[in-house]
Amino acid sequence: MQYEVDKLGFYGKYGGAFIPELLHSNVEELEDNYLKIINSDSFQKEFRALLRDYVGRPSPLYFAKRLSEKYNTKIYLKREDLNHTGAHKINNTIGQILLAKRLGKTRIIAETGAGQHGVATATVCALMDLQCVVYMGEIDIARQAPNVSRMKMLGAEVRPAKSGSKTLKDATNEAIRDWINNPKDTYYLIGSVVGPHPYPDMVALFQSVISEEIKKQLKDKENRDYPDRIIACIGGGSNAAGAYYHYLDDEKVELVSVEAAGLGINSGESAATSVLGSDGVIHGSMTKLMQDKDGQIIEPYSISAGLDYPGIGPLHAHLIESGRSKVLNATDEEAIKAGLLLTRLEGIIPALESAHALAALEKIEFKPEEVTVVNLSGRGDKDMKAYLKNT
Amino acid sequence: MGKERINNLFNKNKKEILSIYLTTGYPEIDSMPVLAEKLAGAGVDFLELGMPYSDPLADGETIQYSSSIALKNGIDFDQYFNQAKAVRQNIDIPLLFMGYFNQVLRIGIDTFLDKCVDSGIDGLIIPDMPPEVYKNKYKPIFDKYDLGLSFLITPTTSDERIKMLDELSSGFVYVVSTSSTTGKTIGFSDSQIDYFKRINKLNLNNPMVIGFGISDKQTFRIANKHSDGAIIGSAFIKALKDSKDIEKTAMEFAQNIIK
Repeated sequence: MQYEVDKLGFYGKYGGAFIPELLHSNVEELEDNYLKIINSDSFQKEFRALLRDYVGRPSPLYFAKRLSEKYNTKIYLKREDLNHTGAHKINNTIGQILLAKRLGKTRIIAETGAGQHGVATATVCALMDLQCVVYMGEIDIARQAPNVSRMKMLGAEVRPAKSGSKTLKDATNEAIRDWINNPKDTYYLIGSVVGPHPYPDMVALFQSVISEEIKKQLKDKENRDYPDRIIACIGGGSNAAGAYYHYLDDEKVELVSVEAAGLGINSGESAATSVLGSDGVIHGSMTKLMQDKDGQIIEPYSISAGLDYPGIGPLHAHLIESGRSKVLNATDEEAIKAGLLLTRLEGIIPALESAHALAALEKIEFKPEEVTVVNLSGRGDKDMKAYLKNT
Repeated sequence: MGKERINNLFNKNKKEILSIYLTTGYPEIDSMPVLAEKLAGAGVDFLELGMPYSDPLADGETIQYSSSIALKNGIDFDQYFNQAKAVRQNIDIPLLFMGYFNQVLRIGIDTFLDKCVDSGIDGLIIPDMPPEVYKNKYKPIFDKYDLGLSFLITPTTSDERIKMLDELSSGFVYVVSTSSTTGKTIGFSDSQIDYFKRINKLNLNNPMVIGFGISDKQTFRIANKHSDGAIIGSAFIKALKDSKDIEKTAMEFAQNIIK
């Protein structure tokens, strides 16, 4: 595969493990074991069974008739919103919790922004009876109260990240510091295709079930196993990585990544990393990130807490740099509008993250016979406040 | 001077070498040069000048706090170099910069090292520089400027890897006393002492300097029994935080350790 990670953990010039020595043994243990464990029969059997019986997979590939009519083309929605806990995040947490158990870890830590990954982590920890600590920015705790309650109800301890800008990037820093301080018993369960190698590769592998299913489902519905185009939103980029994975080397499939433009690309309040960012290191990985002239990381902004991240996964940096994926962006306003449109046309309330992917439909010229898959990464229950405020 | 100044210090066979870490731009934007002079005057052997970073992964609460204040104060790259240069004009002890890889990458390795030389910096500590990447890509550039890196080793670093990190280091190896971020622990346990002894037995090329967990005269003494020197960071920053007269505090802090 052309876009696969290399032996040192790089996608082209991006990726790697730029970590303090304090983390070396933790990361090395993972790197030495993850493929062996994930590829074992017993792991695959347990992973697949849980995806089917617990998560509810395969998630439907739904032909959105009225949406298709509006854009005069064929649009399918990959319904990750119908998964248990309401988003694609659970695919990854199921995979990593099984890995953590096989590594003999007894304590799980995670970072979360909007709380979706935190909830998905707390959920699998409850399922596996493992101690769970979720780091969440102090500001995010205040603005995502329902998810904080869900995590607590599931038995997780939610620790406020009080450093820096008190949002997702700082929650990630705090989780990494916790891991440094607890190198033996603790497993760090990262929520996206970010962080030092092997995390980006591992999370992409767990999420790749999305494109694996799209292939089969399209074969049934369209009598061919590929679409002309896949559209997905990217913050860190895990849902996009999963939706693209089995099509990465299939150049006839156009990959469209949609970033959050916030109040507008040049407003100073944006999270459009590929446009505003430059090469650098964040959370142990070489990638594109938003930074100032001195390399200080800039806090992004988006109405969608899940896209409010100053970097992107190294795989995406490579896909963008090589021209394999195309990047569009959507403002807060465009995302809200697209979310409301889907609600009224199809009776589906999308997460604000997924609404960014839907907003891109306005910016693409379709041919009637073309097949487009939009990865509907999550449901919008958590975003009711933002939707109501903006209608 | 570069590497030579650091090597000279360790070749003097001086007992109990003391290094102090201070955050550039903390507590006031221009505090560092004055504090550095007081510390040097009190007999501190070398200084680590922190370049505040927005996302310092290896640092605990105290140094994170000082970095965030320094950034709020408006500290930037030009000032790291200008202030270091001012320090160098008045004192002759080794000066090291400590910062994160992204900062160095952003300004460009060549530009960064060139300015380090110009400012009288003798060595660097970049905790998230991967040794493999350094070896293959950056070491020749560092060599060109006669500057070196001191790599960190930790209680979980294997003997084989310690030897590799020692090979790549110049000046000294930075022995992190504990598996934790900075400022997290106080005092040493038996297993930490065993770890120091284990490293001593490896007969490394470089002197070993212990950091993390050293806060007072007692821990400084113990660390020096098992090493060639010791670094104090968080405890000093904490003292500044609580101080009404930082110059006096700096002098007294160093004197209390050394006397």
